Amino acid sequence: MRRRIGIDVGGTNTDAVLLEEDAVSAAVKTPTTPDVTTGITRALAALVEQAPAARDADAAMIGTTHFTNAVVQRRDLGRVAAVRIGLPSGASLPPFVDWPEDLAALVRGEVVMLEGGHEFDGRPLVPFDTSGMRAAARRIRDAGIRSVAIAAVFSPLNASCEEEAASILREECPGVAVTLSHRLGRIGLLERENAALLNACLIELARTTTRAFSLALGASGITAPLYLTQNDGTVMLAEVAEQYPVYSFASGPTNSMRGAAFLSKRDEALVIDVGGTTTDIGSLRHGFPREANNVVEIGGVRTLFRMPDLLSLGLGGGTMVKATPSLTLGPASVGYRLTEQALVFGGEVLTVTDVAVAAGLIDLGDRARVAALPAALVNEALARIRAMIEEGVDRMKTDAGEAPLIAVGGGSFLVPARLAGVSEVLTVPHQAVANAVGAAIAQVSGEVDQIFQDLPRDEAIDRARRLAEDKAVAAGADRATINVVEVEDLPLAYLPGNSLRTRVRVVGEIAR
Amino acid sequence: MRPVGLDEIESLAIGAWILGTGGGGSPYLALLNMRQLYRQGVVCQLMDASELADDDLVAVVSNMGAPLVGQERLTDPKTMALAVQMMEEYLGRKFRAVMSLEIGGGNSIQPFMAAALMDLPVVDADCMGRAFPEAQMTSFAIHDLKMYPLTLADVRDNAVVVARAASWKWMERISRKACVEVGSIASTCKAPRTGKEVKECAILGSTTKAMTIGRAVQAARRAHRDPIDAVLEVEAGILIFAGKIHDIARRATEGFLRGTATIEGLDAFRGHTFSLAFQNEFAVGWLDGEPRVMTPDLICVLDTVSGDAIGTETLRYGQRVTVIALPAPPILLTPKGIEHVGPRAFGYDLEFRSVFA
Repeated sequence: MRRRIGIDVGGTNTDAVLLEEDAVSAAVKTPTTPDVTTGITRALAALVEQAPAARDADAAMIGTTHFTNAVVQRRDLGRVAAVRIGLPSGASLPPFVDWPEDLAALVRGEVVMLEGGHEFDGRPLVPFDTSGMRAAARRIRDAGIRSVAIAAVFSPLNASCEEEAASILREECPGVAVTLSHRLGRIGLLERENAALLNACLIELARTTTRAFSLALGASGITAPLYLTQNDGTVMLAEVAEQYPVYSFASGPTNSMRGAAFLSKRDEALVIDVGGTTTDIGSLRHGFPREANNVVEIGGVRTLFRMPDLLSLGLGGGTMVKATPSLTLGPASVGYRLTEQALVFGGEVLTVTDVAVAAGLIDLGDRARVAALPAALVNEALARIRAMIEEGVDRMKTDAGEAPLIAVGGGSFLVPARLAGVSEVLTVPHQAVANAVGAAIAQVSGEVDQIFQDLPRDEAIDRARRLAEDKAVAAGADRATINVVEVEDLPLAYLPGNSLRTRVRVVGEIAR
Repeated sequence: MRPVGLDEIESLAIGAWILGTGGGGSPYLALLNMRQLYRQGVVCQLMDASELADDDLVAVVSNMGAPLVGQERLTDPKTMALAVQMMEEYLGRKFRAVMSLEIGGGNSIQPFMAAALMDLPVVDADCMGRAFPEAQMTSFAIHDLKMYPLTLADVRDNAVVVARAASWKWMERISRKACVEVGSIASTCKAPRTGKEVKECAILGSTTKAMTIGRAVQAARRAHRDPIDAVLEVEAGILIFAGKIHDIARRATEGFLRGTATIEGLDAFRGHTFSLAFQNEFAVGWLDGEPRVMTPDLICVLDTVSGDAIGTETLRYGQRVTVIALPAPPILLTPKGIEHVGPRAFGYDLEFRSVFA
């Protein structure tokens, strides 16, 4: 039997589930601890107690926001060397140029700019300055820097400069950690370089954290290999993932949407995840969240990551309701103190949950405590919630037709059963641990984003698909199970002939 | 002549991206360069065209090429200044000032980059009043001014002077070829203009105009007011449509990014459909199949919530957008102007009718 453990380490709760074949056979929710690992150990102990078969799982997947938080909170970051290969172009905008000064001051070690790089069509820009690279490597070694980010102009099209720089570095600085930008990002040098720099400064934390996760797993008697989930809903083996901490930046919401798809058995739908303070709405395509294609800022740094396209609304179970002078909903929320402060739980604050209890949407706490709420108030608040959700759902739809909506999260009772523009509202079992379920079902992906010249569109896409498949297999996918989940092509203005920027993403099951 | 603060260049970047009418390339990297230069103590000067003597010489600059290549080969003030210095050498004369070819997009900031290194003032003017894809789509071409010489500088030691060209279209073809050869990105200094030509044939005050638009957007955001309303107010613009991108088809032909975006109406426009054709920039918009707005009227597509301009390369399904029209500079509306930049110049068999008429 196929058994998988999914773990989601959120800001408030650490959830764990056991998936046996395609069924959730155990699910637990425990508070997240400051050191993260203690929370995981407790969650796993509870899971094993509920389902001893968890010890025989074939894989364990962890989704965590630990690395994002490190950047946002400016803690546990390492000092890095930045190597940019692309002179004589780009000299005026060196690495770290658009970083917030406080973060740059923590992370910036050596900054090196060298001649090299490529053109959009793969021709070399100028020859790579290998002797300059060797001299820089020695300076990096002498400065005692242990992590280096390398970014070369047009490296997503031709990575040879970055690869050569890495091998020189390894010769001169044995044991140094190297992040190559072409492994992380797309076209857009500054954003891709920023991703590489963030990755380089997190690499030490990623190593220690991942090893602590492995220990927590082992201590719970689980011998399964450990995977970390990524922003795009896929996984990497922990020993690979610890080299790419930036890939896990947005894994929380992604896992929740993937879990919703799995639990509802729908691949094409909208998902609404109603928490205590906010509601996230996203769109599933082929069972994966649609990605945002704009610039994403992490802790004030511009990057281009594969992030789910989400709309966040200030609506959750703890959202405060003010009745006077006119009815207002939030955006303030009592958050995790809901069970102390809401009226139905004996508190003094009127929340959206109290309104839902009064309206009979859910039975929680002491219903008598909200019996006196005026019906007009309750109805108006519900109408307002409906309007917020309908507006949000409409914003996330990509076409005018009606679409199904999957409701998950602790506050999903707030989602009305019928909504304008929605064909049906689907509620699912285990909706409160959808994120851990999403982690448990994660697959392996490969992606290519490249410019093809003088090829018919179909052939360019086909070539990109084959390259993406090779990447997925290299990351641990079973080739027979690979599916294309995204194809995007953009003809390029001003470039000669038929220049087509093609992006293809594929996913497959983990190879056994 | 007056000093320009960095905050004004920040505003310029926002306003110029809106005036880019979907093209012109994002001003972000040029803005980053200006932040670097100001950090080093540079302060640029902005001058009114009226301060130019008739025989002063003005450099008209632009970064030429594919915006996507510009995302890898980052723009550098040195290369821009190099093109201007090459022109001085070729002419054997010094420039009095620098001005922008197009105020729409990143090229609004390019003259400031050259000016900072050469210690020259920037003229408050351009020759498009927006963004257009080709050399003959300028007020100088509409006025039949000379189109040569042109200098083109590459980051490597490649430099091209186009000494003569038979027409504006020939100049476009020859310089484009050279640009593609050096990797589809180059800094160019266009045919130099005399003070008299600038005063009579340029689109005056466009730098200030872009700064004013940007400042209005920033002020509205700070006050939590609608930034789009603010743009309409300062520019006497017209709200054309608001909705959600429903479909987007793109194709590259003859070096252009062409395509059509279909927008489904929301709120006051619910039940209506707007389709928007673009060739690098937005060219024509149809409301329920009837032509509603067309070039050279400025067609700007803005993010409905943030008021940020959206480029034709970044349009995507599901975006909430508002389409507005801003008045075109009068020179573009003359019969000769319409010939150069009206709907027929972009291949649409439509009689130009301004939404502001």
